[in-house]
Amino acid sequence: MDTSEYLDIFIEESKEHLQSINQHVLLLEKQPEELATIQEIFRSAHTLKGMSASMGYDDLANLTHAMENVLDGIRNGKLHVTQQLLDSLFVSLDHLEEMVMSIAAGGDGKKDTKELIHILNGILEEDAQDKAQTDIRNEDFSSYDEFERSAIHQFLEQGFLGYRIEVTLDKECLLKAVRAYMVFNALENLGDIIKSEPSADLIEREQFNQSFFVTFITQQEAATIESELLSISEIKKVTLTPLQPLSSSEQKKAVEVDAQKGSTEDSKKNPQPKSAKTIRVSIERLDLLMSLFEELVIDRGRLERISSEVKNAALQETVERVSRISSDLQELILTMRMVPVDQVFNRFPRMVRGLAKDLHKKVDLQVEGAETELDRMVADEIGDPLVHLLRNSLDHGIEDPEHRIRSGKSEKGTITLKAYHSGNRVFIEIKDDGAGIDADKVLNRAVQKGIISENSARTLTGRHVYELLFAPGFSTAEVISDISGRGVGLDAVKNKIESLGGSVSVDSKAGEGSTFTIQLPLNLSIIPSLLVEAGTETYAVPLPSIIETALVDPEDIIMVHKQPMMDFRGKVIPLVSLNDWLEVPQEAKLEETQRAVVIVKKENKWAGLTVDGLIGQQEIVLKPLGNYLDAPFVSGAAILGDGQVALIIDCNSLFI
Amino acid sequence: MIEQELKIVVFRLKDEEYGVNVLNVLSIERVSPITRVPKTPAFVKGVMNLRGAVTPVIDLRSRFGMKEKTADDDTRIIIVNTEGMDVGLIVDAANDVLDLSLSDIEPTPEVAGGINARYLDGVAKIDGRLFILLRLDKVLDKNEIIELQGAAYEV
Repeated sequence: MDTSEYLDIFIEESKEHLQSINQHVLLLEKQPEELATIQEIFRSAHTLKGMSASMGYDDLANLTHAMENVLDGIRNGKLHVTQQLLDSLFVSLDHLEEMVMSIAAGGDGKKDTKELIHILNGILEEDAQDKAQTDIRNEDFSSYDEFERSAIHQFLEQGFLGYRIEVTLDKECLLKAVRAYMVFNALENLGDIIKSEPSADLIEREQFNQSFFVTFITQQEAATIESELLSISEIKKVTLTPLQPLSSSEQKKAVEVDAQKGSTEDSKKNPQPKSAKTIRVSIERLDLLMSLFEELVIDRGRLERISSEVKNAALQETVERVSRISSDLQELILTMRMVPVDQVFNRFPRMVRGLAKDLHKKVDLQVEGAETELDRMVADEIGDPLVHLLRNSLDHGIEDPEHRIRSGKSEKGTITLKAYHSGNRVFIEIKDDGAGIDADKVLNRAVQKGIISENSARTLTGRHVYELLFAPGFSTAEVISDISGRGVGLDAVKNKIESLGGSVSVDSKAGEGSTFTIQLPLNLSIIPSLLVEAGTETYAVPLPSIIETALVDPEDIIMVHKQPMMDFRGKVIPLVSLNDWLEVPQEAKLEETQRAVVIVKKENKWAGLTVDGLIGQQEIVLKPLGNYLDAPFVSGAAILGDGQVALIIDCNSLFI
Repeated sequence: MIEQELKIVVFRLKDEEYGVNVLNVLSIERVSPITRVPKTPAFVKGVMNLRGAVTPVIDLRSRFGMKEKTADDDTRIIIVNTEGMDVGLIVDAANDVLDLSLSDIEPTPEVAGGINARYLDGVAKIDGRLFILLRLDKVLDKNEIIELQGAAYEV
């Protein structure tokens, strides 16, 4: 079978299943007796096995098969969830992930899994020995699958009789299949056949020796059945063994298994029961759609401009309609690209568990707001910075258990990972209840590393001190560990987040812990902006950084240390002239009249940007300036309605 | 033996003719509005809208330390691609594509057209015309300061 066209789907789904297994094994660790969790793991493992076998990835299939056996043992109550078992499941998952990654990277997905399979099988056998003295009837029932077991159970409960019938044919019998068929026929008139051994299929093909077994449910007496069967010619012997009702524990198991069985079947028909009517669309197509739409937004701007110049009522009306529809379209496309942040978060519990073990710390990771959505592009990029911050919290934030007990905290530390929307931005918080950041230590280190001078160190307080953590070349870890503090410090995190148009800040209280807060834009490419004039040039200021616009009279400008300031809602804020800041070529200095001011913010800092004029609000499409230009105050460019390029001002750089 | 050939786009800067490998040239454009980008070197003229892509433009005269010239009907912007970057080069005129055989190319003298040999791939002489072949990666390397050889050249 040519499987190449299914490869992408296979890889995608495998990743999903692995992720689901990962999550549920973690859950299992917390609630070892939760049957639903085991079912979920089993289901994913089972699907994974099937998929990889049909794609021809044998190592993958073999390993999942071994896992499946162990899981089956757990859900049948034959195995107990032990630490050793969980660990080997995790190791298996790592192997599986590696194999899937190898396939995704164009490899053959092969890996030596013998040892691991051996360990998994070992777990099974060990336990089988423990349970060597299980009663024989139980052994009998083990030849039935869950469905059959529960069917038998139900019939017996309703007062039917159950038999396991051994039918032996005459040695001389030539047409064994025909005789067997007659047996089945006779039995079907008397009751229901639950199961035959070998299967009906094999019996039909005469793939059996002299005898076969039939499990049979009936209301007839054993004698009736026996005589009925013996009346068929060439039947040598019929033996009926009555089936005993199941013990209560087995009943429970059977019922639960039954319920699960049903849902497994449902899920096969309908892989995503929650959102039944979805289709998979490749990310490239969505990206293409997005870039086409961006073109449309640019042309929409052009149309709006033309229509306002031409002043034709019919044209204006049509353009307005087009604008409205395209705004709706825009919203739709943007939401299509949104993914829950869970896609990023879901690998963290596992990671934190591993790291905590390595560091001999006890940590509980709490995830809140995993359903918060953000643009796929942002989601793709935010993973690494978050990993870094989490490692940082684990390594530097959370103290070791003895330390925690000594300072009167619970032995187990808590890291809270929280996502939420606010305005046009997504916030992600990483909060730990660890030791907090020692401001003095930070200052000492910063001075020592030459990041700030000793004099300025004395003037810094609170948040400003913590900001130093993000300075290049800063690392507070006293011991360089594997986990973090490898020199590529928090400045890398900061750079990454800022390159996504976001920002990161930290707050901390000694002894109580620290909180890192990341702010991210909801989407990266279409930004509502205010167009402003400076000289003959046009610039775009992203609306998210604007608080409001105002007018300022020359006499309201106060000079403080040669820095013009203005009073804005009771707060004195610095004024920056856009023309001076961006060295806009000017004709003769304008006479000082009332000037338009755009009040912009970065976190809780405000500043006023004086401009020559406000043009209006417009949705613009962010275009990168490319690698060639190194323009420090500009976050990108946009193409305006008249085809000209306007630069987008990076307001953050105003506050450095 | 097949003689190896090289196709070049020929352009003019001041009185000299230059060539760049046609494989690096995406298109030749007439001058269109350019948006100034603040705080960039003087030879960077800004960015232009090249069919929906924002493309940086540099003035090649200025890059080589020659005096800039106001755009006229002959002025062209050659869009080149090197090392994954698209950049527009403002030149006095661009009107020719020529086939050179590699044997036409002579090693660069110390200085050609006032430009240091580091930025050149050689010179080619055909029918009495002299073409100076540019090394685009060096010309576009921002860290390279292309100093003019011979101070009297510009005067």
